Amino acid sequence: MLAVRLRSTKKGKIRFASHRDIAKVWERTLRISNIPLMYSQGFSPRPKISYGLALPTGAESDCEYIDLQVDDSNRESINVEEICTSLNDNLPPGILINGASVMNGKFPSLQQTVTSCIWDITVNEDDTKVDSWVDRINNENTIVLRRERKGKEVVDDIKPQVHLVRKNYERIDGRVTLQAELGTQPRSLRPSELLRSMEPCLTEHKLRRRKQIVEEGARRLDPLEVAGATPMRSLIGAS
Amino acid sequence: MTSIWPEIEHLLLNVEKPARYIGLERGAIQPPHDPRNVAWLLTYPDAYEVGFPNQGLQILYEIINELSIGEAERAYAPWVDLEKIMREKGIPLFSVDTHRPANEFDVIAFNLSSELVYTNLLNCIDLAGVSLRSVDRGIEEPLVAAGGHCTYNPEPLADFVDFFVLGDGEEVVSEITYVIHEWKSSESASLSRDSLLKELSKIEGVYVPQMYNVRKDQNGFQVLEPKHDDVPKLVEKRTITSLEDWPYPKNQLVPITEVVHDRLNVEVFRGCTRGCRFCQAGMITRPVRERSADQVRTMVSDGLRRTGYDQVALTSLSTADYSHIEKAVAAVGDDPLSCGQTGVSLPSLRVDAFTVGIAATIQGGKRSGLTFAPEAGTWRMRQVINKLITEEDLYGAVESAFSQGWRRVKLYFLIGLPTETDEDTLGIADLAKNCVEIGKRYNKQASVTVSVGGFVPKPFTPFQWFGQNTIEELQRKINLLKDATSRSRGVQLKWHDPKATLVEGVLSRGDRNLSALIEEVWRSGGTFQEWSEHFDIDRWLSSMEELGLSVEDYAYRHRDKSEPLPWDHLDAGLYKDFLWQEWRDALEEVGLEDCRWTPCYDCGACTGYGLDHVVASTSPPVGGSQGTWQDLTKGSEVPQLLTIRKKSETV
Repeated sequence: MLAVRLRSTKKGKIRFASHRDIAKVWERTLRISNIPLMYSQGFSPRPKISYGLALPTGAESDCEYIDLQVDDSNRESINVEEICTSLNDNLPPGILINGASVMNGKFPSLQQTVTSCIWDITVNEDDTKVDSWVDRINNENTIVLRRERKGKEVVDDIKPQVHLVRKNYERIDGRVTLQAELGTQPRSLRPSELLRSMEPCLTEHKLRRRKQIVEEGARRLDPLEVAGATPMRSLIGAS
Repeated sequence: MTSIWPEIEHLLLNVEKPARYIGLERGAIQPPHDPRNVAWLLTYPDAYEVGFPNQGLQILYEIINELSIGEAERAYAPWVDLEKIMREKGIPLFSVDTHRPANEFDVIAFNLSSELVYTNLLNCIDLAGVSLRSVDRGIEEPLVAAGGHCTYNPEPLADFVDFFVLGDGEEVVSEITYVIHEWKSSESASLSRDSLLKELSKIEGVYVPQMYNVRKDQNGFQVLEPKHDDVPKLVEKRTITSLEDWPYPKNQLVPITEVVHDRLNVEVFRGCTRGCRFCQAGMITRPVRERSADQVRTMVSDGLRRTGYDQVALTSLSTADYSHIEKAVAAVGDDPLSCGQTGVSLPSLRVDAFTVGIAATIQGGKRSGLTFAPEAGTWRMRQVINKLITEEDLYGAVESAFSQGWRRVKLYFLIGLPTETDEDTLGIADLAKNCVEIGKRYNKQASVTVSVGGFVPKPFTPFQWFGQNTIEELQRKINLLKDATSRSRGVQLKWHDPKATLVEGVLSRGDRNLSALIEEVWRSGGTFQEWSEHFDIDRWLSSMEELGLSVEDYAYRHRDKSEPLPWDHLDAGLYKDFLWQEWRDALEEVGLEDCRWTPCYDCGACTGYGLDHVVASTSPPVGGSQGTWQDLTKGSEVPQLLTIRKKSETV
């Protein structure tokens, strides 16, 4: 068995496909590309694929991760670059693998390992409104968010999850764009939740996940660079 | 070449399931737009998740795009939330392939598989920004076309559709494309829409309503007469002689998002000769044309490789009747790609133990549920409808299912059939209870789900003269069944809304006067009528009353042999005399054998067209009655060879 972690984009029209839709796309693309996977045992065997943190439907991303367990029992060697090339030929437009690592030994799942995400949040409001909103988010000691979970209203202080919020220099579609780093443990703070956590709320025009980060001690790593991962240098930086 | 994508992109954040509108499916084509080409927008007038799997649409999509002068894209009815936004912002109906506005196409072609989508067809024409009625359309506007089973009575939509296509579309779609192309490229000054419609009406299988005058006979019944000598009096359906020549779809589309029937589909044969008298599909798609086992195997293995599906359906009107069913099923299991992970489904099971045996082999360990369609509760009733399943067939099938590990069996029945008595209706409950008893021998939790639908008489069937049951009568019969099954553990009863059955019935056999009704219901907001949350009988009944249309006239009364039928100018290949004789035989409870293995009874489907049933094997599969009530244990009887004569010579 060969464990492989892939990083890919989700850009353009495909951003409207849901997390579940994309999971199915991966399963089919892996079959089409003839990549043998390990299967679970039991009554209805499933291919061993595990998906990273869900991306909200409609958001774009530079950094979606997926872990595969490739069945290498019938082959002398499996070339990860070749796997990526063949998957890239068959994935729908907008999804492109731009990084891969071979994972050695035991390693925690993507859901467990990622500690925060960096987002570009393009909003509909003008500079004045956004500036004052950002100031208040950064200066308040607590940010109270009411949200529904399993049919019950839950009130949380999300301040510890808000690692960074600042205005980007770059505008997107002529609109103000925020950069925000939001924590993902024990559960993710969503950009939409951040925007409505402080009145008057900001409204989302476009959303893009720029980075997922794993904090290992003092180091901030890409999930492709965690302990035990051997990154395929040739793939990194492919656009 | 315009794309409305930039206009809808941000709107999609505010609608349900936005992936329905993005295209990008594996196999989708983005044809380069050449204004000299004939561009078709193949439109399914219902939600994406329902329309996407439609095989007819996908077949035509490929064939047109293979033509050097053709391009085809797809559209589906936008769901109500997006439609509302589109209307507010003035955004037109668009293709999902390149997001091109609908009115930039030469033809907007609709697939009609249910009467309840008629109002959606109007909605799509209107959203496209095209004039609603055919007579009001200018030379720059797209042609509006329709095909599919409902076009065997096109009259309720005749005012809105420029041309209808009857029968198999594989050949005729290219012929139509060439005629439109020639008209488009002609530099003649006399270029009129009328001249194009007239040319189209000369193509076999194409019906152009505007080329006919409507007359009322002395009893007020609609009679159509061609306006010109070279417009056919009788429009004959198109039939491809061999399925083998058309291995489509070659590149079945794979959706990005969730749709119904999400699996590889391989059509193993077209047509059916079982002769169930209520079944329009079985009548209008004759004769039987089977695909060879080799081609089925190739289509399955190529299809799995291309699509990445792990589920394949072998489709037809009765797949267990396919001569090479066992070979075809084995081929899927043997395919190296499937690694034993590929499932096979047979969407229409025959009611017998043989079929269940096949189902057991293909479903591997999975025993989710099996569905059979005995259709009626007593042998008398089944003779009337010519669904010649004996009780032993059914119990054999059910016993076989429960003994092989299934816990749940679903049975389909029709109520409101001709000559039906309460004894027949209650027979449904008896059958179901007996099936549960059989099941309990093998499993304490054995259950039988009974699903009943109200019968709607359809054109070109022996029951086309029958007046359907009223809403109240169907409801009474449902209540009888409710009472009869309420105390039986293990029987679950489900039923279709008799109100929807009535609307289907009105539209199914209506004439051109119904165009006003469809328009009225659409204008009052009645779209997506196939969806129970949107269906509203009051819209239909109040509009009918306003327009002076009587439900009694359209649906409830029995029709006479001498009465002209609204579809008399169309020819589905069946002799009207044959249908009438079948209607009389039905009333006398006389069954009719499957003609694949017995002498021809000359229904017209083969003789008229110089065709014969194409069966891959000439001997009937041995064993039992196989739901034909015939004794097939005796083995082979070669199908009768026919003397071929032209239809015109026989009248």
